Amino acid sequence: MLKQLRTAVLLLVVLTVLTGLIYPVAMTGIAQVLMPGKANGSLIHRDGAVVGSTLIGQSFIDPKTDRVLQGYFRGRPSAAGAGYDASASGGSNLGPTNKALIDRVNATAAIIRQENGLTASAPIPVDLVTASGSGLDPDISPAAAELQVPRVARQRGVSEAQVKALVQKHTSGRTLWIFGEPRVNVLALNQALDQNFPLAR
Amino acid sequence: MTAIGAVQLVVYLLILAAIVRPLGAYLARVFTGERLLLSSVLGPVERGIYRVSGVDAAAEMRWTTYAVAMLLFNCCGVVLLYALQRLQHGLSLNPMDLDNVAPRLAFNTAVSFVTNTNWQAYAGESTVSYLTQMAGLTVQNFVSAATGLAIAIALVRGFARHSARQIGNFWVDLVRGTLYVLLPISVIGCIVLVALGVPQTLHGSVTATGLTGARQLIVVGPVASQEVIKELGTNGGGFFNANSAHPFENPTPLSNLLEMVLILAIPAALTYTFGKMVGNTRQGWAIFATMAILFVVGVLVATVAEQHGNDLFRALHIDQTASHLSAGGNMEGKEVRFGINSSALFAVITTVASCGAVNAMHDSFTPLGGLIPLANIGLGEVIFGGVGAGLYGILLYAVAAIFIAGLMVGRTPEYLGKKIEPYDVKMTMLALLILPLVILGFAGVTVITRTGLASVLNPGPHGLSEILYAFTSGVGNNGSAFAGLSANTPFYDLTMGIAMLAGRFLMIVPILALAGSLAAKKRLTATAGTFPTTGPLWVGLLAGVILIVGAVTYVPAYSLGPIVEQRQMTTGVTFDASTFGTTPYQAVPQAPASVP
Repeated sequence: MLKQLRTAVLLLVVLTVLTGLIYPVAMTGIAQVLMPGKANGSLIHRDGAVVGSTLIGQSFIDPKTDRVLQGYFRGRPSAAGAGYDASASGGSNLGPTNKALIDRVNATAAIIRQENGLTASAPIPVDLVTASGSGLDPDISPAAAELQVPRVARQRGVSEAQVKALVQKHTSGRTLWIFGEPRVNVLALNQALDQNFPLAR
Repeated sequence: MTAIGAVQLVVYLLILAAIVRPLGAYLARVFTGERLLLSSVLGPVERGIYRVSGVDAAAEMRWTTYAVAMLLFNCCGVVLLYALQRLQHGLSLNPMDLDNVAPRLAFNTAVSFVTNTNWQAYAGESTVSYLTQMAGLTVQNFVSAATGLAIAIALVRGFARHSARQIGNFWVDLVRGTLYVLLPISVIGCIVLVALGVPQTLHGSVTATGLTGARQLIVVGPVASQEVIKELGTNGGGFFNANSAHPFENPTPLSNLLEMVLILAIPAALTYTFGKMVGNTRQGWAIFATMAILFVVGVLVATVAEQHGNDLFRALHIDQTASHLSAGGNMEGKEVRFGINSSALFAVITTVASCGAVNAMHDSFTPLGGLIPLANIGLGEVIFGGVGAGLYGILLYAVAAIFIAGLMVGRTPEYLGKKIEPYDVKMTMLALLILPLVILGFAGVTVITRTGLASVLNPGPHGLSEILYAFTSGVGNNGSAFAGLSANTPFYDLTMGIAMLAGRFLMIVPILALAGSLAAKKRLTATAGTFPTTGPLWVGLLAGVILIVGAVTYVPAYSLGPIVEQRQMTTGVTFDASTFGTTPYQAVPQAPASVP
């Protein structure tokens, strides 16, 4: 028994060194040499500063009014911290019959309808009123983008066709026709809008 | 279910089936001690490990010695992991300067990772240092999976050997499983994941100044190296709180596919290993077929329920129909890049296995969609199951099924040439009964205590589902959650800790006893009267026993949770946490507050 215990301790130490130190450190070395951009979080740099990550969504909502910022596409509601907090990922975890969920969806839908000048019973794509699992979802569905095109075009003072073309450019399809879903990267789209059709400030 | 969803399921199953034979045969060679292609590289490492730790690789063990070795090793694992968390503040690799983990949470987490559960009562990015993630959690991701593998192989040896006293050497099984199976696949998988966008760095988090000027703290870290073994070892503990829903853990549909394949690769391949080691691969394929059938049923129900969406949204004119512009369905808690199909499929995969990684929040699934993950775990994760745990789990059901068949025709039951006697059936039932005993026992106690109920987030029947799911997940060593439940309280840290320990070790010890008993038996030759355990009749019997035992055990509890909630949802009833009452929902379009 004592001999067994000695073996257990030694083996745990050896395996900890192997799988807990050598393995992750070696992987870090390989990843940093081969693919530093991705290994460091796919960060977007602009003028030497980090603007964000292509993989992590950002909020385009005014926290005081819950309304979208002028000229931007809005992303999905977020339950991560105060919204798109990349150090506190998570979903709402509200159950399907929880009144709090239904009320929140109803309120968000009402705001979106008003923002975009839609009637009170206009259909809203479901992803635009539901919180994602991570709270950091970088994407919206193409339907959710399409709904916002007229507003963004108007606020930026350009034609809908121009904005639509930009949306199209930032839309990815399914992988190998089967996996995942078509989606629009909101941060990339909004960044392209700023570059191509800057807001008059 | 959309056509694309169906195609995705078929393609996934084909990929899995293609892996079974090569990987299964490889596993058999690893555990019968054969020389492998990797031996020239890893052979010296393996022998070095034995020398340093004083292992006599040639000495085999009886089941009692095997069990003691396994228990000692896992005890040491709990102690080390507990110590790492309690001391992390003063140790290195803590760039975010995180504090020591509180004692009861550290206990819960240590037990959770050693038992292959990876229940996370903590939020990864804000609680544990890089050192704890790497030298604590990642290590247990490897060795808890290797432990599961070892137990399954020991049980298979019980069937394969005859008139033998020993069932293998735990230390050798542990080392070979880690070195020749888990590590090589992890190395390759890790690099692929980084290529798909998963971070792998030892630098601290990055502060970004977003497009609109808002600051965003972007947490990175050595994610990929932990991510791959999290899936491959059916562990499930995420680097981040949001687990595989987090874009850094699972950035694209392709990484999602890879993770889904990694979860079930070893569990599925073990069916072939089993057939190979008992000398008839058809025995293994029969087990695989049983698992695949039950798996497909689960995926169909979950996908249809989630694609149907939330009936309560319809009155609000929320568009949940699938089109080429939108996945539709119940998107609360799901990511756009995965939509319904890839989320529902992932949910089933992670719960038929004892993985517990999630790419969508199960708590926000529709009642029926959430019932499937709950029931998958409740059945004992025998549909492919956890690494090793799935195979030994379904072999228990196989023994039970053959015993029932024997009762029906009045013959002494035999399985794989081994006479199944009272001692064997007792050990089987001991192992099988632990699950419902702990789940229903603890859930029953919880719902009559104020402290237990205080952690529930969602009112109404969904609250009961949260409690049932927690204990099912804990004792099943799954680790996924209806995460609305606030699990980091003294009550849940303790009860869940006990549930996880019971579900792991009170199950493993009787299994090793069964392995020892089987190995000692003589092998009988099959006669015309032997029940065949390869054809469709056997597959039907086995699947039937699994489902009937599950239904008898859980239908009363599930009726008060997900089943009644499904009915409430379709009839338009909501539950209000502030009043704890039910109200038929009035869909009054809300007038937005006026813009200043």
